[in-house]
This record gives sequence, structure tokens and C-alpha cells, in this order.
Amino acid sequence: MGWTKQFFNSSIGKKFAMALSALFLLIFLLQHFAINVTSVFSEATFNGISHFMGTNPLIQFVIQPILLFGIVFHFVMGFVLEFKNKNSREVNYAMNKGSANSSWMSRNMIYSGLVILLFMGVHFYDFWIPELTFKYVEINPSDPNRYHHELLEKFHDPIRVGIYCLAFILLALHLLHGFQSSFQSMGVNHRKYTPTIRKLGNAYAILIPFGFIFIALFHYINSL
Amino acid sequence: MNLTLKVWRQKNSQEKGQLETYQVKNISTDSSFLEMMDILNEQLVNEGKEPVAFDHDCREGICGMCSLFINGEAHGPGEEITTCQLHMREFKDGETIHIEPWRAKAFPVIKDLVVDRGAFDRIMSAGGFISVNTSGNTQDANAIPVPKEDADMAMDAATCIGCGACVATCKNASAMLFVSAKVSQFALLPQGKVEAAERAQNMVSQMDEEGFGNCTNTGACEVECPKGISIENIARMNREYLSSSFK
Repeated sequence: MGWTKQFFNSSIGKKFAMALSALFLLIFLLQHFAINVTSVFSEATFNGISHFMGTNPLIQFVIQPILLFGIVFHFVMGFVLEFKNKNSREVNYAMNKGSANSSWMSRNMIYSGLVILLFMGVHFYDFWIPELTFKYVEINPSDPNRYHHELLEKFHDPIRVGIYCLAFILLALHLLHGFQSSFQSMGVNHRKYTPTIRKLGNAYAILIPFGFIFIALFHYINSL
Repeated sequence: MNLTLKVWRQKNSQEKGQLETYQVKNISTDSSFLEMMDILNEQLVNEGKEPVAFDHDCREGICGMCSLFINGEAHGPGEEITTCQLHMREFKDGETIHIEPWRAKAFPVIKDLVVDRGAFDRIMSAGGFISVNTSGNTQDANAIPVPKEDADMAMDAATCIGCGACVATCKNASAMLFVSAKVSQFALLPQGKVEAAERAQNMVSQMDEEGFGNCTNTGACEVECPKGISIENIARMNREYLSSSFK
């Protein structure tokens, strides 16, 4: 067996791969937020960046497939690990005080992850599938000014805005554990810099998801 | 104090077990938890019943034999103590106490509260040692300079008594705190560095074979560890394993 196969078949290798995909998704989420937040203060900027992202061949045909692979891998590996971990204890405790020694977020990553997965379905239905249909099924001519208008349309519906807000709250909880956990899984833990990673993780986990919530609420309130 | 005990009873590894309820009376708050278990067993023997089987040995927190999951926590309430160091003053008069064995697929129940922790022995046999020629001309270990910080971290890791509380408390029944403590204890010292790569590979491989779960970094293990072993050791093991994969 090659060393890569052996490494990724091991418990530590799987953790490492999970952490690597998580860090990739953290970077993606940051750039997604950076683009979306421009929709709040400049329609032209948002349209310009969105048009670039939607038409650049490198982003469309190289980065986007890698991103999709990263998302699918993170979810599939999450379920694989959860299934294995559940099998490691055949009889559960009659009484187990998990809260005495660990955070709710760390014990329920699979459930917060499931909510995020469901949200991804809604998000793809809202944006990604219409985008693909527009470009590759209907083969419409390129329109660099359509993006901001399409975004605002989605945030007229209070139910959809509510689903977005709820999903991002669960994402915040997921990241509160996941950010620093991914560093630990990759062996990055030292008393000198781990407190900084934790603070950075907490800031990211709160600012980014609540930033997305702010954007959704901002457009909804403006639509009233 | 008078207590209601809900104790896991299981005849052997094949048969299913269940919680059974017992009453114990006039227990001194100064008794240790294991002394209370002794009183229960004396009571059961006098009633002509089978006493409860539970592991214990040194009763001073060193040997790592005692292994009870008490009221939902490994080694019961209290920080950095083993079950034998737990005293009845931690409980209230009239309280109901749940007493269960360590629960993990890799730690099968032998009888009642006794589990087979042979998986830890097999992991140690796979690499938890230093191959040294002890023919009589071995160099004095003190002749090799070791940075104080490394020596302290190795000593902290070496305090692991292999009780299995980390596995018992982990929601995934992961043994990574135990294995990482052993990997770290040797990897930090010059004598252990020689075989560090092989050790990390072999011990992790054996750990995986035993059927322990994977670590999801909840940190529960370091909180419940009677010796306060830090999860920094797990990160070190991850690094050791990753770097050893390239060798």
C-alpha cells in the first residue's frame, strides 16, 4: 500500500483530510462574504465582481469544480467518521453528562452540519441552479447587470430570509468548534499560539455568519 | 448518608446486562467511593447474593485499575482524580448514584463493572517502548542534555496511568489521548527520537485495528483525565504521524 493510501485510511489521516477541506471551505466562505457584502453599499461593485466570478473560465471550470469537490468531500467524510464513531460504542451510558466536560457545539457537529447541508440544498436551488440554467441551458446572452437584481429578488420572502438566518446561526455554532478543531487535527497546537487561533476562530465564527445574516436582513428590510 | 445505587450487572461478556437498584445505609462521608462499594458487596454477600465485580488495586490514584463511570462522568465528579480518590462527601444524602462500566467496543465488559483493557496493552506492545541494549554498558541517561521544557512535557505525558477514562468519556470512544501521551513521552526525549517514526506508525495502526473511534477534538478526555494529560499531545501525535508517513 502506498504511503498516501495508508495515511488517508488511518484515523489521523481522515482527520487531517477533514481539517484540510474545512480550512479550504473557511477561505471560500470568507471570499463569498467579501463579495456579498459589496451588495449592501454598491450595486455596481457587486455586479462587477459577480460578473467576473460568473464568466472567468479559471473560476468557472477549475476553481468551481474544486470547490464542489471540497464541499461534497467535507460532508461525506463527516458522515463516514460519524458512522465509525457511533460504532465504536455499542452500548450507550444510561447517564452521560457530556456538558460537564465539553461544549454543545463540539458534541453536535453532525447536527449543525446536517442543517448546513439542508441549507446548501436551498442555496443551490436559489442561486446555483438558476445560474447554470441561465448560462448553459437557456444559453442567454451575458448580462453584467443582472446579479444585484437577482439577489434582491430572493430576499423579498420572509420565510426564505428566516431559513437563511437560522442556517447561519447553526453555521456559527459549527464554526465555533470547527475553526480551532481543524488546526488541532492538523497538529497545530501550542500554548504560545493556540489561544490566538481560538480568538481568531471565535471572531470568524461570529462575524462571518452574522455578516451574512446582516446582508439578508438588510435587503429584506429595504424591500418592505 | 443513605443512598440508592443503580449498578450495572452483567454475568459475562456474552450475556446482556442491566442496571440493578440497591440501597446502602449509614455510609460515612469520609468513606472513599470504593469503600462504599466494599460495604455494598459485604451487604450482598450477607444476603447470599453475588457481589459486584469492579476493578481496583492501589487505591491511591497511581495504578490506573479503577474504572467506574459514576453519575455520567468517568471517575465520577471532581477534577483530576481516579475513582479510588473519590470520597462520599461529593454526594448528597438520599442521592441516586448511577454506576456503569467504561463503555467502548474496544473495552468489552468481562463482568459487571470490569472491562477488558487489553487493547491498551496491545497498543503499547506495538511501539510503546524504547529498544535499548541493557547489557551493562548503557550510557547514563543524565549524560544526555535535555531541554527543561521538553523534559517537563515528556514527564507530564508519562503521568498517564492508562486507566481508559479518556476512552470512556469520549463521545466517540477514541483512545487518542492515551496513545498520544505514550507517543509524546518518548518522542520528546533523545532516547525515544530514534524510533519515533516507527512508533507513531505502529501504535496508531494498532489503535485503529482495536476499533476505537476517531477524535473530534471535543476536549472531554483532557477534562476527565485523572492526570490532566493535555490534548496538545494529540496534536503532537498528529504531527508525528504525518511526518513519519513521509519517511
